[in-house]
Amino acid sequence: MAAVQDSAVAIGGGAQARPAAQGRWASLWTKHGAGYMFLLPWLIGFFGLTLGPAIASLYLSFTSFDLIRTPEWVGTANYVRIATADPKFAAAMQVTFLYVVLSVPFKLTFALLVALLLDRGVKGLTFYRALFYLPSLLGGSVAIAVLWRQLFAGDGLINSLLAQFGIEGPSWISHPNYSIWTLVVLSVWQFGSPMIIFLAGLRQIPTDMYEAASLDGASKFRQFYKITLPLLTPVIFFNAVVQTIDAFKAFTPAFIISGGTGGPINSTLFYTLYLYQEAFGNFRMGYASALAWILVLIIGLFTAFSFLTSRYWVHYDD
Amino acid sequence: MTDATMSSVTAPPSAPPGRRSPVGSVLIHAGLIAASIAMVYPLLWMISASVRPEDEIFASTSLWPSSVDFASYVRGWFGLDVSFGRFTWNSLVVSVLTVIGNVVACSLAAYAFARLRFAGRNFWFAIMLGTMMIPYHVTLIPQYVLFLNLGWVNTFLPLVVPKFLASDAFFIFLMVQFFRGIPRELDEAAMMDGCGPWRIYWKIMLPLSLPVLATAAIFSFIWTWDDFFGPLIYLNDMNTYTIQLGLRTFVDSSSTSDWGGLFAMSTLSLVPVFFFFLFFQRLLIEGIATTGMKR
Repeated sequence: MAAVQDSAVAIGGGAQARPAAQGRWASLWTKHGAGYMFLLPWLIGFFGLTLGPAIASLYLSFTSFDLIRTPEWVGTANYVRIATADPKFAAAMQVTFLYVVLSVPFKLTFALLVALLLDRGVKGLTFYRALFYLPSLLGGSVAIAVLWRQLFAGDGLINSLLAQFGIEGPSWISHPNYSIWTLVVLSVWQFGSPMIIFLAGLRQIPTDMYEAASLDGASKFRQFYKITLPLLTPVIFFNAVVQTIDAFKAFTPAFIISGGTGGPINSTLFYTLYLYQEAFGNFRMGYASALAWILVLIIGLFTAFSFLTSRYWVHYDD
Repeated sequence: MTDATMSSVTAPPSAPPGRRSPVGSVLIHAGLIAASIAMVYPLLWMISASVRPEDEIFASTSLWPSSVDFASYVRGWFGLDVSFGRFTWNSLVVSVLTVIGNVVACSLAAYAFARLRFAGRNFWFAIMLGTMMIPYHVTLIPQYVLFLNLGWVNTFLPLVVPKFLASDAFFIFLMVQFFRGIPRELDEAAMMDGCGPWRIYWKIMLPLSLPVLATAAIFSFIWTWDDFFGPLIYLNDMNTYTIQLGLRTFVDSSSTSDWGGLFAMSTLSLVPVFFFFLFFQRLLIEGIATTGMKR
């Protein structure tokens, strides 16, 4: 049956079917045009919203720019100041690293433990799984941050609960030694999404490996160390990288809980919060751009480091 | 809550295998139930606080209000110069437009990457994957300057237009993976019958891809609904505030005086997310499990 092609359909569709009479450009268009037509929105977005701004941001990071006057070239002054003369940068860095180092391992440990509990043969799996996942879905919202602020307030719910056991809790949020922990707890509370990924990973481990190990008399504990953990390392690695990058970028909870200040005494001054303050509070757009590039550098270094070290502990069976 | 969660840790090491002893099973359920309670207790407490009489909110740690009273909702709704009705509407507009933009623009790009042959396809695909790694902070300031110069600040355009330009590369990636799973024979057959790429995209790919389109749509909606940073930067006029900014303003202006109203509005702001969760949790969980979506 001879297919009757209307011209609109023929563009890019039946490339071979077109007569050779067409010019070179027309045939190139027929061959590649449709692809670029479909890609057009993304291409505009890529050049206009990603590549262009990224280049502009790199340029701005070498300038002093307050949004009103034209950017003034200052060379590496922003970076020099970041490295040598900005105590708030140092504080933000310290807080952010502390947050990453505390929240990610706790979160992943809980996620893995709960996934192990839920794996295979637990009745009501879907119910538990859904319940544990819910906080991950709600967690980024202002409502949860607001709730957290109340939970950990001096006269908040946590201290009321502690009081029932005769413990007098500190005023978590307004004490610089404890405030970061409230944010860590909030992050760990959202262990649902890594847990689901762990569950999916556990499903991939063939049961007969455990059966063989049982026959050989290996204890559950030994099976966990010798089978589960090694076979799960790719998933652990994935979760660790994703969660760490996310933790570096955390913003909303610290902003809401500290009222945008990062206080008390900079104890919740997350890196992104400091960046926001510099850019949109003090209108130091050039300086904030430099801060953004430092963040990229840190995340990039961390990712590269993870991938380099992963070959020593992540097992891919192929 | 840490106590309750810890108890799940002390349950026996339960490495995978199938059969468990009855005692082990009881312990596991005890641990899981304790952990579940710890997980949802704060949420339930907030909901319960929102329907308590004002003077009773902090009086007890119990979840059961002595009487149910919706006065907090009324006070909260009208507690600011602009009502929460306005904020909710704004959030809805931004979220729905974002969903449309993401689904349309990302599926177009994904179709090109998954199915069409054109020069530079692999190059652009690699670039697209690369953009997923870039933290938004890098493009933040120049984008702000751009939108400011376009006169878009205090409109929804900076929040919505990028979505129509497929700025959430993650969804493109998700769709590419799905599209690749659709048998090629289908579009080859359609091509034989004279269908061009547009028609194949519209009549074959999209209808067969409803699960991934729905996943992308639902996550788009929830993430946009919850987004705080974007609106914080681009919306300064209270009439344009989304519900997240409304809540934040509520905290700043009346946190000490009206906790009931604050919890009522907080609860309300979670309703759409909860609703999506309730109806689509299987889809959401599969989406997470297979693609490792964060958040």
